[in-house]
Amino acid sequence: MKLWLKIICIAFLFITIIGGLLVPVPRLAILHETIRNLFFHVPMWFSMIAVLVASLFYSFKFLSKNDLDLDVKAEEFARVGIVFGILGLLTGSLWAKYTWGAWWTNDVKLNGAAATMLVYFAYFLLRNSIDDEQKRARISAVYSIFAFALMTVFIFILPRLTDSLHPGNGGNPAFAKYDLDSNMRLVFYPAVIGWSLLAFWIADIRIRLHKINNQIEESQS
Amino acid sequence: MKEITHLIRKEISLEWKSKYSFNGLLLYVISTIFVCYLSFKQIIDPPTWNALFWIIMLFASVNAVAKSFMTENRGRLLYYYTLTSASAVIISKTVYNVLLLLVLSLINLLFYSIFIGNLVQDLPMFIIGMILGCMGFASIMTLISAIASKAGGNSTLIAILSFPILIPLLITIIRFTKNAMDGLDWSVNYKFLIILVALNLLTMALSYLLFPYLWRE
Repeated sequence: MKLWLKIICIAFLFITIIGGLLVPVPRLAILHETIRNLFFHVPMWFSMIAVLVASLFYSFKFLSKNDLDLDVKAEEFARVGIVFGILGLLTGSLWAKYTWGAWWTNDVKLNGAAATMLVYFAYFLLRNSIDDEQKRARISAVYSIFAFALMTVFIFILPRLTDSLHPGNGGNPAFAKYDLDSNMRLVFYPAVIGWSLLAFWIADIRIRLHKINNQIEESQS
Repeated sequence: MKEITHLIRKEISLEWKSKYSFNGLLLYVISTIFVCYLSFKQIIDPPTWNALFWIIMLFASVNAVAKSFMTENRGRLLYYYTLTSASAVIISKTVYNVLLLLVLSLINLLFYSIFIGNLVQDLPMFIIGMILGCMGFASIMTLISAIASKAGGNSTLIAILSFPILIPLLITIIRFTKNAMDGLDWSVNYKFLIILVALNLLTMALSYLLFPYLWRE
């Protein structure tokens, strides 16, 4: 990753953490201070989707180019996607406890997120069950493309057809409503960019580490 | 086209020759329904009736479709490879599995109605939902079965790989058939019908495009 991107990432995350906790926010019933979760919970999903799309992109590329380096990228991006997905579930669950009064509700958006996690756990299980590298790369690429396409329907289309407690659905306020509040917007946009860059940075380091490990293994054998 | 019909006929005659596997599935469905009957006695709540019906269908279809690539040994797959194209194989397997699941679902509906009672008010709509559901189940699971057989896995692997990606189809189909059970008007179910058809087309197109990559080795 380029140095200036890393600098932007660190600067924006400082803005997010300091600004996110200190910036004045609108006083709304029920939400109160928990509205600050917007700076942490929502960007997790944005970053997760960004890295998972990257993983999908490399899966496609692997199928056409058949280069094992591309498979390493697809794998590591998916791994980082899972970490951010878990963080998104945790921050969302904590927020839900204090606003809805429950850790988990039967809601189409929440279930979509959980199902996505299950799909990627299954993806790694599939990877672990195959020993041959070429075969593993090809089969898991096929699975990830197939699963991603079906998950898209689940996450982006089904929630729009049903009512949901989640902000952004069924008359519940989402961040679009606070866009008028320029203070929050000033922190929210850097937060999205900062967390996404962090996700790509982590993935970048992991990919390099993976390649070095592969080389060490090759030289030893 | 000719290849596909030949392959489908081959699948059916294979099934017919070893009646054991189809009879096994039949017995699986009936004994599951009987166990449900003994545990629930009678279900008067439509959502529960519907959910249980689809859960039985889900497990029956995992068992039915799981063997579609598992039973093919290496030699026979190689033989197909010399004779036909990858797309003919996946299309014929999918069509055959759709037929198999349709038969299973009708038997399931029959015995389920006998033992647990029939609460469906709009039967034609319910059956349309059932057909679309079977098509979706079959097309998703056929590709997953191909993936799992390449991974040398067992039926556990199929369940793990297919359940999460079946969820969108399963909730849509449960909503659709629930509306059919309540005898609601078509206008309510229209959007679910579109999603079901779209999901079916999407999975079939994807398995058609992706299967050749699994096929060549």
